[in-house]
Amino acid sequence: MAEKDPAKEKRKIKSVKKMKDIMTNYYIDAKMAEQNGKKVAWITSGGPVEPLIAMDVIPIYPENHGAMIGASKMGIDLCQKAEVMGYSSDLCSYARSDISCATVNGGPIGGLPKPDMLVCCNNICGTVLKWYEVQARYFNVPLFILDTPFCHTQFLPEARKYVHRQIEEYIVFLENACKKKMDHDRMKEVGRLSVEGQRLWQAVLDTAMNKPAPLSAFDAFFHLALIVTLRGTKQAVDYYEGLLAEMRERIADNIGAVENEKYRLLWDNLPVWYRTKWLSDKFAAADTCLVADTYTSAWCGTLKYIDENNFIESMAEAYTRIYLNIGVDEMARDVVSMIDKYSADGLVMHSNRSCKPYSFGQLDIQRIVREKRGLPSLMIEADMVDERFFSESQIETRIDAFMEVVKERKSCTR
Amino acid sequence: MQAIKELSAIVGDPISYARKLKEQSGKKIIGYMCTYAPEEIIQAAGAHPLRLFGSNKNIFLADGHLQAYCCSLVRGVLEDALSGDLNFLDGMIFPHTCDTVQRLSDIWRLNISYGFHLDVVLPVKLDTKSSRDYMVDVQNRFRNDLEKALQVTITDDDIKKSIALYNEIRGGLKKVYELKNKNPEVISGKDLSALVRAAMIMDRNDYLRILLNVIAELETKGSTIKSTGKRRLIISGGICSQPDIYSVIENAGGVVVGDDLCTGSRYFEGSIKTAGNPIAAIAERYWQRPVCPAKHLDKNARAENLIKIAQDGKAAGVIFMLLKFCDPHAFDYPYLKESLAAVSIPSLLLEVEDQPQAQGQLQTRIEAFLETLS
Ligand code: SF4
Ligand code: SF4
Ligand code: SF4
Repeated sequence: MAEKDPAKEKRKIKSVKKMKDIMTNYYIDAKMAEQNGKKVAWITSGGPVEPLIAMDVIPIYPENHGAMIGASKMGIDLCQKAEVMGYSSDLCSYARSDISCATVNGGPIGGLPKPDMLVCCNNICGTVLKWYEVQARYFNVPLFILDTPFCHTQFLPEARKYVHRQIEEYIVFLENACKKKMDHDRMKEVGRLSVEGQRLWQAVLDTAMNKPAPLSAFDAFFHLALIVTLRGTKQAVDYYEGLLAEMRERIADNIGAVENEKYRLLWDNLPVWYRTKWLSDKFAAADTCLVADTYTSAWCGTLKYIDENNFIESMAEAYTRIYLNIGVDEMARDVVSMIDKYSADGLVMHSNRSCKPYSFGQLDIQRIVREKRGLPSLMIEADMVDERFFSESQIETRIDAFMEVVKERKSCTR
Repeated sequence: MQAIKELSAIVGDPISYARKLKEQSGKKIIGYMCTYAPEEIIQAAGAHPLRLFGSNKNIFLADGHLQAYCCSLVRGVLEDALSGDLNFLDGMIFPHTCDTVQRLSDIWRLNISYGFHLDVVLPVKLDTKSSRDYMVDVQNRFRNDLEKALQVTITDDDIKKSIALYNEIRGGLKKVYELKNKNPEVISGKDLSALVRAAMIMDRNDYLRILLNVIAELETKGSTIKSTGKRRLIISGGICSQPDIYSVIENAGGVVVGDDLCTGSRYFEGSIKTAGNPIAAIAERYWQRPVCPAKHLDKNARAENLIKIAQDGKAAGVIFMLLKFCDPHAFDYPYLKESLAAVSIPSLLLEVEDQPQAQGQLQTRIEAFLETLS
């Protein structure tokens, strides 16, 4: 047996195993839902999951599934299958791989359990609307659309009223689909747990302010799964409490995610799921830690709008004003404040051809960051699931060149 | 037809036309890009609504703001704006539709200094009571925003007059389509396409006069021209950015007898009620006209509409013309194609790239498609 490198072992995050177990059980439960008389709802990653939890419906996230497909490098095959079905290769690769996967029950877990209903919130993109229409036709199940008007510069009163009314409609939709009434006390409890989970997740991410950062964005991509899928449950709260304790311990023991952290960068956009390890190693080799990212923080970014004692009422605002549903200038302000908060030396942007609402505007954000903080940034052209759009040699060269600039700049400003 | 020649020149260079119109009439020019723009209200404000299609010039400045995987329509319009070609605009409005336009609005607001900028954040659903109430609220806000931006008062009467004008224009275009459907030889596809586009570019009153003349001419002509046995086809897609396609189809032995395009039936279908609150009436048309893929009505609404268009047109087949990188349309294509196939209507997909495709290649594909039609 090969000797394990003790320094490397020390840096491994222990909670990883627990997370894997939870996720495995979650998918097993979901697959047995029908036998256990439980209903399954497919829901978008930015969608309001709390009412589902309160109604005992199992939430399933095709986007999380998409990430698994990407991470297990099954993206090309499923995307190509979608292309054979007539879906253009220019469409979001989560959508493409999920649409084809549903017809062949392929992918890393042999397909998702069939939905009894679909819940689509367009606060992340217009793609999900089209994608869920496709699935509503395919599975012939009811579709609820929570339409969250885009906030270019503000959340207008008429939009607020509209979203409020839809939240009421959502509850009625669930009551009809489940043939039972919503238990409002239970809903309050779920709301409270959701807020607690989000606060803990934010606290976990905040530990990366420490130098060295005890976790990197690549770790956050992995540990994100629960705040997306099981937000509003005790399980998520317990898990993040444990993770937070581990991070604090690492800080106390001076354990960083990267062995010899000298440079700190911020990541923008979705992960490149099939290359997280490669990218993480690549940056670590340059003594660089990606300390934070705009993606994983989106699941706790609207805490400021939530009233935990009046969850249902404040949901409208919290779900409408999430990171992707705001103007490019407000996003740039968030990026700049994250750069300050995490003491980043530069910005790495994944120009993700799958995700137009996340990627269009990046060039302006890049410019704003340069103007406001004088920081260098790197734009990587890729796709989160479809490996055909990843050119390793090109990206490697660009990262090397970029790291030269970061190093140069840091040695000057020191 | 003389009238159409004049229109074709305008459609070929809408920017020069709009500049001249502004000079001569002193009217404020308001740009927009989509059939969900409430142009009736702009017209009612005494301003001129101008639909932008983006010129075909090389993309240079827009590359600094939009990646290459953005549709050429949006890249083209942004290029025109950044280069100053659109600096005569007094304002630009952005109805919320697709993700790309959503971000174009932000980029425009941050980078274009001339003219006011207005977002019209429409609902995405059009099938519920709350979304329809919200649509009315949005239109009311737009009216107020526009009054402020233009420093005018828009009365209900102004809006009603504008509605009447638009109803006449839309009704007229529908009439021309009916004539074309009855006898496809009465007007060429290219001329018809120019006629529809001109409706979004020209002074609407001037346009209506020309349109009425065209109709009168077509009606007399219709009874004398013999219809030939060309293969009847429908075009479906977003905007038709390649007007040459009509000639290509005609050369290949086909003829377009109807469409499901934003520069076609989606523009003129549905008239606005003249009774009651005019703003509510404008809002109502949006859920009564055929839906575009960026909005949600019923999950099968578009297929039903397309099949109806094809059957009404006794069409032998449908040609999908999809602009590359246009997500909403690309998502609907597989299901539309399947729905057509289920009622035995064959279809052909043409994906339109930035650069106009070689005519020869297009013609070969269309000829091959026509041969497969029974
Ligand atoms: S990756 Fe982007 S386009 Fe795809 S579902 Fe997510 S937000 Fe939408
Ligand atoms: S397809 Fe829809 S969004 Fe695009 S121009 Fe037409 S109406 Fe507007
Ligand atoms: S609907 Fe399609 S063609 Fe129109 S702006 Fe959006 S992406 Fe471009």
